Amino acid sequence: MPQTYQKPLTAENYSQEPLLNVEGVTLQYKTKEHLVTATYKVGFKVFDAERFVLLGPSGCGKSTLLKAVGGYLKPVEGKITLKGDVVTKPDSGRVMVFQEFDQLLPWKTVKANVMFALTTSGKLSKKAAEERTMAYIEMVNLTDFAYTYPHMLSGGMKQRVAIARAMAMEPDILLLDEPFAALDALTRRKMQEELLQLGEKSGFTLLFVTHSIEEAIIIGTRILLLSPHPGQVKAEFNAGTLGYDNQGQNEFKELLGKIRDMLFSDAVEEETISTKGS
Amino acid sequence: MDNSKNVDTRKKTSPSLRPEFTREILDTSKIGEIFQTLSLWERIRDINAVRKLFILFILFTIWQVYAVNAGNPLMFPTFTTTVVAHWDAFVHGGLLLKIWVSIRVLLLGYTAGILASAILTILAITTRFGSDLLETLTAMFNPLPAIALLPLALLWFGLGDKSMVFVLIHAVVWPLSLNTHSGFTGVSQTLRMVGRNYGLSGLRYVFKILIPAAFPSILTGLKVSWAFAWRTLIAAELVFGVSSGCGGLGWFIYENKNELEIAYVFAGLFTVIIIGFGVDNLVFRKIESKTVQRWGMQQ
Repeated sequence: MPQTYQKPLTAENYSQEPLLNVEGVTLQYKTKEHLVTATYKVGFKVFDAERFVLLGPSGCGKSTLLKAVGGYLKPVEGKITLKGDVVTKPDSGRVMVFQEFDQLLPWKTVKANVMFALTTSGKLSKKAAEERTMAYIEMVNLTDFAYTYPHMLSGGMKQRVAIARAMAMEPDILLLDEPFAALDALTRRKMQEELLQLGEKSGFTLLFVTHSIEEAIIIGTRILLLSPHPGQVKAEFNAGTLGYDNQGQNEFKELLGKIRDMLFSDAVEEETISTKGS
Repeated sequence: MDNSKNVDTRKKTSPSLRPEFTREILDTSKIGEIFQTLSLWERIRDINAVRKLFILFILFTIWQVYAVNAGNPLMFPTFTTTVVAHWDAFVHGGLLLKIWVSIRVLLLGYTAGILASAILTILAITTRFGSDLLETLTAMFNPLPAIALLPLALLWFGLGDKSMVFVLIHAVVWPLSLNTHSGFTGVSQTLRMVGRNYGLSGLRYVFKILIPAAFPSILTGLKVSWAFAWRTLIAAELVFGVSSGCGGLGWFIYENKNELEIAYVFAGLFTVIIIGFGVDNLVFRKIESKTVQRWGMQQ
């Protein structure tokens, strides 16, 4: 089995150095007419085997933040370090899974898509890469579809291939950018469950972006709440004990309510500002 | 599913109007076969080649009927005399050699054009100067008919393959570069990011991500430029005759026109069409079904 991941989160892990350290990061990008500030002095720490969720309304820069961690974007201010090394460019140690279904290469079969990632990085011999590929395809239950082309798969299956491809690299951290947002509710729920099971099996470290509070609580062990325009840290919550089975319980509802109130207060503030302005 | 939702929202004010229900699913095993094979006639009609041959058959019939009625073999020979002339030219007239002469020059020019276009487009996607250069050059030279450069080419390179190849490169490189470049710029941001994520850069990135992702456009470019090259070559041979020493298909047509062997002129034109038709239907169709159709990028 290709498992080399760290053990699940324990109290000792917290005393260690963080795996990913984001310090005072300000991100800006240019459009044709404007310079947009996406996040302003955002900082957080992600430890080994954590499932860290970036949560916030649209426009809070959470996807931009994820891209910066991926190395696609340079911070204007502050720094991002992974295992003590400053992140400067995309790297197979930080693998990203996107929301879009077109992230699979349409000219490669499911197996070739997963294997291409392993062989291009030159880490493994062809035989070892093939073995690992099949192991991860089996882990996401797609063995029967190993030789099909992506356009013949459903949306959920495509996302599973993308996740398998990312996991097969056995990266230091997996970056998931609303991977289930384009799926129907039923498939989304199934995928969330599967992701949690994969997490239990492999103990990966996850940085997960979503705008759904429920998804954040179910998936995450720790949740970072961002405010909109530009994104700033509002709060951090622990949600490691809460999952699907707790949805009816008070603890779950309390956290949900707390987060919802905080997000809602943002919306209200914004509305009053905009009415004042007009 | 959708219907029931609609009903629900509309009847919200009086929910008791319609009772709720659940239903058992009917046993469908009694219906028998769900799949049925198509009849022989339907299957024959589904074969692409059969339908195309049928169209050709109709066209040839019209030709034959018209030519027989016109009764002017000098101006408009019948289909059958053309076929006979064709056969004769094949066996005795050295038509095969002439085809080879044309095809050889064509392939030389086509390959050289593809290489030149590859260099230009790769330069264009990796550097901003390259992209400016390509845009300017295509805007300037794409409207210029390649054949118009032939007099100049003959001056520079003299009679022979060189000037032909030069003109063919010009015919191939602009339409191909234009298509390829627009294909490259249309590659989705997600695919680009995926490629970079797994550590691809430089030429490996171009060959492993950009070229396959832009392949539908590249293939169109290859097809268009193939036709341009073929056209230019025949025209050049027609106008300047034996510019490559022993003469190709265009020269064959020109020669026979001078001798008023109109059936042979038709046979020459026929050959040009058949080769064009064959390359499109055999070579490019095959590439298409093996690549872009298989990958689901084209229906």
